[in-house]
Amino acid sequence: MLRIENLNFLDWEAVSLEVGAGEVVSIQGESGSGKSLLLRAIADLIPHGGEAFLGGEACSEFSPTKWRGKVSFLSAEALWWEDEVRAHFLNDPELKVLQRLGLKEECLDWEVTRLSMGERQRLGLLRMLDREPSALLLDEPTANLDDRTSAAVEGMLLDYVRERAACCIWVTHDRAQAARVGQRAYTMVSKQLRKVAG
Amino acid sequence: MNTIDLSYWDLGFAALLGIALAALFRGMRLGISGSLLVAGARMMIQLTLVGYVLRFLFEEGRPWLVGIMAFVMLAVASREILARQKRKLSGWRSWRLGASTLFVSSFAIAVYGLLVVVRPEPWYAPQYVIPILGMIISNTMNAISLGMDRLTDAIYQNRNVIEQRLALGQSAQEAIGGYAKDCIRSGMTPVINSMATAGIVSLPGMMTGQILAGASPVEAVEYQIVIWFMIAGGCGFGMTVAIKLLKGQLFDERQRLRLERLR
Repeated sequence: MLRIENLNFLDWEAVSLEVGAGEVVSIQGESGSGKSLLLRAIADLIPHGGEAFLGGEACSEFSPTKWRGKVSFLSAEALWWEDEVRAHFLNDPELKVLQRLGLKEECLDWEVTRLSMGERQRLGLLRMLDREPSALLLDEPTANLDDRTSAAVEGMLLDYVRERAACCIWVTHDRAQAARVGQRAYTMVSKQLRKVAG
Repeated sequence: MNTIDLSYWDLGFAALLGIALAALFRGMRLGISGSLLVAGARMMIQLTLVGYVLRFLFEEGRPWLVGIMAFVMLAVASREILARQKRKLSGWRSWRLGASTLFVSSFAIAVYGLLVVVRPEPWYAPQYVIPILGMIISNTMNAISLGMDRLTDAIYQNRNVIEQRLALGQSAQEAIGGYAKDCIRSGMTPVINSMATAGIVSLPGMMTGQILAGASPVEAVEYQIVIWFMIAGGCGFGMTVAIKLLKGQLFDERQRLRLERLR
């Protein structure tokens, strides 16, 4: 379980939130409303007050690298630092996983510059899952994808959450997606995280 | 052996080169002729003044006067390091970082050179201390300012990549990847290149001076060798420490990238 207690950053109102094992919580909100900042604060990438707990253990008890390996933040735009795609993975993704997301097998050998935006996003997602995190902090994971691949990504993420009993916070601007993937829905309005009724 | 005494006319003829160059650049509208003239004028005034200061120092030869001179050199050099940073740390941090590493590395190397290698009598004899320290400080200053500037710039430009690497559980050390190494490499490259071509392509300034002043070339060469190793030491150790401290400033104890510390 991922528990967030009075987490505050900049001048946003403190956030308290619990995400159970195998649960997906969706967060909507206008761009610039601070959704990504919240995810970054949970991943301990920006300075914040309050505390986050994973399975009862506080973030500050973990080393920063260990925490971020377990509570993994996925940015909307995946960036790359090595020349070849494969060098970013600890283990090569399985063929059936690549196929499921509509990726070609040989794309692992490609130069990063050759990837399209959509391919970058899907490979960025695989790059994160490759580290086997216990909590997923997803920032618009399907922003650059068409409907079909979008559905494939959704399916794969939901499978991961269910099989690993992972906790997931899913930021999306798409109301239908929020309803589809999330058991509970929140929205970020005027620097406050509010529960959406229903 | 006496050297030829240069008259003011001789200096004027040399200065004509600078003026001609400024006129050419003005015609090409490069926008640097003004700064070239100002730099030339500054150079003349500063060197003239320092000539008198050094003559006074050499005659007096008192350690505390040498100390003041060394302090002034260091203060100006650390201000110069700061001035060359495109992105500075907020407050006095950049200045502190540059000045402390410059101070420690150049003074330590100079003292080592004076006490262990050259061994003048007394060890603080200004004829030895001031030129040696000057050469080490100026080269170390270049290396530190270049290294710091490049590292902050590289981290700033690649801040999003670094954040994603951190987000994947990499340490700050891994996440800044080769940038720090690149900086040390590029800061040391001029020193290494100059050492590699020393004597073949160029006669280093100090050696030229000694030869013009009538010293035997063989003796001048020995001094130059010592100086080169001291310069390399000052640059290399100073920059390595500066880069390490700078990394510490740009990341916090939770290995978060803290670019708001730059201004």
